[in-house]
Amino acid sequence: MEDKLSQNKILEDVTGSDYKYGFVSDIENDAAPMGLTEDTIRFISKKKEEPEWLLEFRLKAYRHWLTMEEPDWALIDYPAINYQDIIYYSAPKKKKELAGLDEVDPELLDTFNKLGIPLEEQKILAGVAVDAVIDSVSVKTTFKETLSKHGIIFSSFSDAVKDHPELVKKYLASIVPYTDNYFAALNSAVFSDGSFVYIPKGVRCPIELSTYFRINAANTGQFERTLIVADDDSYVSYLEGCTAPMRDENQLHAAIVEIIVMDNAEVKYSTVQNWYPGNKEGKGGVYNFVTKRAACKGVNSKVSWTQVETGSAITWKYPGCVLMGDNSVGEFYSVAVTNNYQQADTGTKMIHIGKNTKSTIISKGISAGKSNNSYRGLVRVSKKAEGTRNFSQCDSLLLGDKCGAHTFPYIQTSNDSAIVEHEATTSKISEDQLFYCLQRGIDAEKAIGLIVNGYAKEVLNKLPMEFAVEARKLLEITLEGSVG
Amino acid sequence: MLLNIKNLHVAINGKEILKGLNLQVNEGEIHAIMGPNGTGKSTLAAAITGREGYEITKGEIIYKGQVINDWTADKRANEGVFLSFQYPVEIPGVSMTNFMRTALNAKREYLGKPQMKAGEFLKLMEEKKKLVEITAKLTNRSVNEGFSGGEKKKNEIFQMAMLEPTLAILDETDSGLDIDALKVVAKGVNELKSNENAFVVITHYQRLLDYIVPDFVHVMYGGRIVKSGGKGLALELEDQGYEWVKEKFGEE
Repeated sequence: MEDKLSQNKILEDVTGSDYKYGFVSDIENDAAPMGLTEDTIRFISKKKEEPEWLLEFRLKAYRHWLTMEEPDWALIDYPAINYQDIIYYSAPKKKKELAGLDEVDPELLDTFNKLGIPLEEQKILAGVAVDAVIDSVSVKTTFKETLSKHGIIFSSFSDAVKDHPELVKKYLASIVPYTDNYFAALNSAVFSDGSFVYIPKGVRCPIELSTYFRINAANTGQFERTLIVADDDSYVSYLEGCTAPMRDENQLHAAIVEIIVMDNAEVKYSTVQNWYPGNKEGKGGVYNFVTKRAACKGVNSKVSWTQVETGSAITWKYPGCVLMGDNSVGEFYSVAVTNNYQQADTGTKMIHIGKNTKSTIISKGISAGKSNNSYRGLVRVSKKAEGTRNFSQCDSLLLGDKCGAHTFPYIQTSNDSAIVEHEATTSKISEDQLFYCLQRGIDAEKAIGLIVNGYAKEVLNKLPMEFAVEARKLLEITLEGSVG
Repeated sequence: MLLNIKNLHVAINGKEILKGLNLQVNEGEIHAIMGPNGTGKSTLAAAITGREGYEITKGEIIYKGQVINDWTADKRANEGVFLSFQYPVEIPGVSMTNFMRTALNAKREYLGKPQMKAGEFLKLMEEKKKLVEITAKLTNRSVNEGFSGGEKKKNEIFQMAMLEPTLAILDETDSGLDIDALKVVAKGVNELKSNENAFVVITHYQRLLDYIVPDFVHVMYGGRIVKSGGKGLALELEDQGYEWVKEKFGEE
């Protein structure tokens, strides 16, 4: 019942059809000069007081990046990015060291309040630990102390470099090396902050960990890195949310998320991505090029990626699972919505290496307006992966006849015992469904919201409650104005 | 008068289906519309409820004293026009409970009333479910998904009971129903009937009219009502079939 009530509440809440997170906060910034050279990288590293080995890592990544070509195989189309036109480091200027929440810049708190981020005290009581990353640096990590009692480390990436260099050094780029792809190399060179999570052996993280990313400053790229390590027999649920102000120019976002899961451990990673998608004519918006990968290193380990992608002008993102440990499990649940001129090329990679590994892929694409929405997924079964099972279901829903939906499944099996199933459907919201709702007094916009939410329910149900509410709301807002 | 249809002409994709139909329905009345396939019975239902693609080329639909030709389908619904669909559509992932709550609150919002409280809503659902002998199981499922033919039709009557329309159109609600389900549907209609509402029952067979007793029976043919009478007319049709209608009013 709870579920139904909240959905109705959302229906009531939704009023305006415009991007709600498009405000700009008046916060003073401390930024690097525009453009990218080795000096930029040294500037960032120095600002962050990094150890030499990290600067070396960045420089190697940068030099490698220079030798690479931007990939063009995805079904997305955008003008060439001028990498010298971007500011690679921008931090809200601190007035002094912060001792508590009361001392955080009120303007900043106001920003978070507008975003509805549970940073205030009362929301903290609700049990969400938040690491808020604005532009490039982590602003405030709440709940650190409670977590540290369990030996859990949840901090900004920069703090982790200072406080736990051995862990960072051990795991950084161990799943996504800087040579992995063009955007991973770029991120490795210029990443400015992000989150670091370590769950020790046998610990179930008692609360959901959450990071909120926001691009605020103009001409800024955001390059955050998230590194999550779940040691043997541990569990954590991690949430990530993103917004950006409305700006006419495009903003670049190239992030990396690495997850390492040891024996019998489980990590749930949920994303609600709502970067600014550009206006109705396709002007502006965030270019979202993200590399996310989890390695199920241990036996019986498990990773679930759940993503709701409603934002960005361009989304290029394939959260993957490398199933190394025997009996390890990878899951990918995705809802990707595109409207107006948005383009999304997203999916997953499931690499089966261990024995009796299992993966599930449920992808729900929703295209409206003149947008293009592609599912691109790889299921690879290596020679030694006896008893592999995969099930993929890729559904596309079209609203209108000017949008596109595409499915690119790649299946590579080198082991005959593997059972790989793939199902795909493409449907339209039927005129019958719409009229049925209208005839019951439900207006067209609400009807679309209802039908789309129903269509995506299987995935939305995988999200933690609080996130699910936000996600449903977003789906409706994103599709407003897509009827008629 | 609740509904006054004057010289109604309706075209689909430029093809005229209704060709000057007249119908008057008062509060407290039950009208049966009968006739062979393809004479425009469902088109009439679609035109009254405002379905897109059904273009009114001539004539007027007057409901509660207002011409509603240009009203949207949802406005008509919220003003009390209800259609029990011949083929209720499935909406995967949307539970019946959620759907009904959304519909009911849409109507309340339209009427400027506050949203119904959850407890109140659940109580109302329980009450109305009993009326059509629907089990809880059904309302927890997605709208019409995996419902049997009979369940779908009962579910239509359940929705009607929830929304308490002023004008209810039942489009072949009896088709595909066994006698027990038919009785349940009829019982629902009879209990909802009052001096303030009216029913237009579209059917092929007189069978349903044993249980829902009409005040008037109309025979539709070639996009018009060609004959009207009391409930005896239905029996006459049952007896003689539609051949005589075709003979008398010409083959299409």
